[in-house]
Amino acid sequence: MAKVLMKGNEAIGAAAIEAGCKYFFGYPITPQSELPEYMAREMPKINGVFLQAESEIAAINMVYGAAGAGARVMTSSSSPGISLKQEGISYIAGAELPCLIVNIMRGGPGLGSIQPSQTDYFQATRGGGNGDYRLVVLAPANVQELVDLIIEGFDIADQYRNPVMILGDGMIGQMMEPVEFKKPKKRELPEKDWATTGTKGKRKPNIINSLYLAAEELEEHNKRLQEKYKAIKENEVKVESYNIEDADIVVAAYGTTSRIAKTAISQLEKEGYKVGLIRPISLWPFPYEEFNKISDKCKGVLTIEMNTGQMVDDVKIAVNGRFPVYFYGRTGGMVPTPNEIAEKVKESMEVKSNGCSI
Amino acid sequence: MEERIVVAGFGGQGVMAIGQLLTYAGMIENRHVSWLPSYGPEMRGGTANCNVIVSDEAIGAPVIEEASAVIVMNKPSLDKFEDNVIKGGKLLINSSLIDKKAVRNDIDIYYIPANEIASELGNDRVANMVILGAYLEATKLVKEESVLEAFTKVFGENKAHLLPLNKEAIEKGMEAAKEQEKAMV
Amino acid sequence: MAVVFEKTRGLTDVQTHYCPGCTHGIVHRLVAESLEELGVLDDTIGVAPVGCSVLAYKYFNCDMHEAAHGRAPAVATGIKRVHPDKFVFTYQGDGDLASIGTAEIVHAAHRGEKISTIFINNAIYGMTGGQMAPTTLVGQKATTAPYGRDEAHAGRPIRMAEMLATIHGAKFVERVAVNTPANVRKAKKAIKRCFETQINGEGFGIVEVLSTCPTNWGYTPEEALKWLEENMIPYYPLGNFRTPEEVE
Repeated sequence: MAKVLMKGNEAIGAAAIEAGCKYFFGYPITPQSELPEYMAREMPKINGVFLQAESEIAAINMVYGAAGAGARVMTSSSSPGISLKQEGISYIAGAELPCLIVNIMRGGPGLGSIQPSQTDYFQATRGGGNGDYRLVVLAPANVQELVDLIIEGFDIADQYRNPVMILGDGMIGQMMEPVEFKKPKKRELPEKDWATTGTKGKRKPNIINSLYLAAEELEEHNKRLQEKYKAIKENEVKVESYNIEDADIVVAAYGTTSRIAKTAISQLEKEGYKVGLIRPISLWPFPYEEFNKISDKCKGVLTIEMNTGQMVDDVKIAVNGRFPVYFYGRTGGMVPTPNEIAEKVKESMEVKSNGCSI
Repeated sequence: MEERIVVAGFGGQGVMAIGQLLTYAGMIENRHVSWLPSYGPEMRGGTANCNVIVSDEAIGAPVIEEASAVIVMNKPSLDKFEDNVIKGGKLLINSSLIDKKAVRNDIDIYYIPANEIASELGNDRVANMVILGAYLEATKLVKEESVLEAFTKVFGENKAHLLPLNKEAIEKGMEAAKEQEKAMV
Repeated sequence: MAVVFEKTRGLTDVQTHYCPGCTHGIVHRLVAESLEELGVLDDTIGVAPVGCSVLAYKYFNCDMHEAAHGRAPAVATGIKRVHPDKFVFTYQGDGDLASIGTAEIVHAAHRGEKISTIFINNAIYGMTGGQMAPTTLVGQKATTAPYGRDEAHAGRPIRMAEMLATIHGAKFVERVAVNTPANVRKAKKAIKRCFETQINGEGFGIVEVLSTCPTNWGYTPEEALKWLEENMIPYYPLGNFRTPEEVE
């Protein structure tokens, strides 16, 4: 298929339809409204369903119902709307249902702003709702990768019966880049024999549920969830890294921030600096192991985010005291420039290596 | 080679369309491209703008700080973006709506009376295509044919009948830029 | 020997957790019998609420989905949109439907969602231990209204059936009670008619069932039935508020 130029938000919709998603439940919120608008236009053409729910809470619960009924289903929102969805996300994770949730992040807390931000890293990677659960969280850096991760994300969700979150920001949602739609790697996807489809009088009732009143049963259930998360950690880490074996300093950044960092790194290389990059694509599971490959001569790891320092916690866990960890962030919709990042890289290299970090 | 273009004006002047046409044309010519709009309340103020990058290599930051070219369709946009042009870069000014001169003397400046030319063509709305034509002449970034091929992709087949008018507007803009270049020499 | 009564296939053999004298059991039976008699049981997906009937998924002998508190109509919407040919019902209490889930029930009705809702109104939060519900009567005591519901403080109880009957998409709305055998028979008839509204593709239907909660009301089962008749029915009049024929 030839490349087409698409806006990130619309590309999400096209990718979902390409992946066989026929159900979308959502609620308008900037900066992702082009996605529900696209779905409203396109779903009827494929006999699918677009439904504008009365709230984000209702939308995620419609997803909960549709996922339980065995469908490939998606919802999307932006930060404050994703907060409203947390209840449903927790139930979906607890009941072990597959679905795709898109968060096109904006500045926070509260109503915040509508400009690009990465302020929901904690919420996304730590669960967000109540209980010990995890979402698979994928953070694309360009529109092509956004499309690829949406398509693969549905498969990951089905394979593990787990919600998958695509974490983007207003910039990737609003920008246009060329995309082509490719088949993802082949996975063995289990039959959805647990779905609520009516018994037809031929089997015992299927029950979609996250309630376990007996403590022993709930503990067993949680252990099983943890086993599943362990398998995801083993199989689904995605990371891009660049020049980390030879770098004097390594930048850690994800999503759109990482591509700004790349511009900064190529500027710095022209000036003779050796700068590496680790770009987590899966934020959960986080690519902790990748940081072990950083050469011993490295003077530090600089985390760059459009927030006040959230992924930096994971970077510190990954670095585990080997190097000082520095942080630079912009918030509120302010986007760091390549020059700013380049300056921070230089500053970080000048810090006396006494193990002190932020 | 990486061309970083900021196109700015007020809503309704077709600045987003200029950007999309350049982006699509770049894609047709197998270059790496990105288009990033300003969005939200800013669009309702003095300047709507978009950042377009056309590059031979994968694109890093889609946000443009240092533009190799800036196209401004109204005065607030000139005030806002003149300083973003890199030394030796190009600044295209819609002189129909901007009565002041640019301050910079280290860049190539084109004063294109885009609205007047468009009016002469019988449709004020193609002013954006006039200045796009001037830009194409000034930079040779992409071929005119690529932009025309992009036209129906961006605006839809049902706008194909407007292609001759828009082609004429682009070519008038090219002529205007050539005139300006004579003056520069 | 002639069989005069048989337990419906619509219920499982699991013993319910309901208190002595609670009318949930009666309503479960009416729902299950209706599903069986209408021939849709094996094509049914039920949605259980949070509240006393949270474990309803164990009792109905069909596919079941346990929703979050108040969200059953949204969950049912998701199911019905995926399986428009299946029968989908929600079973909700008054805290669930009339308090935390008002947005979901109003908008399911507003969209004319082709689902059916059984709404148990017993004027109290049962599962959590007798707190005030939006349906608790003025003067009625609850653990969070220890001096009785004060209208000036908490307002008057909400009449859901009347409210929903103002919504165009709600094609069947009826309030029934299960305090006497005659009323139980009427309730069954209403539930079947409500279900037919969905089967015929006519739109959203709801039956509000006035029920007892002897445990949290602090009455014997018999007293509770009497209290329902003397206090609830005067405030919550029984009857049909809407049939598909009435809605153009």
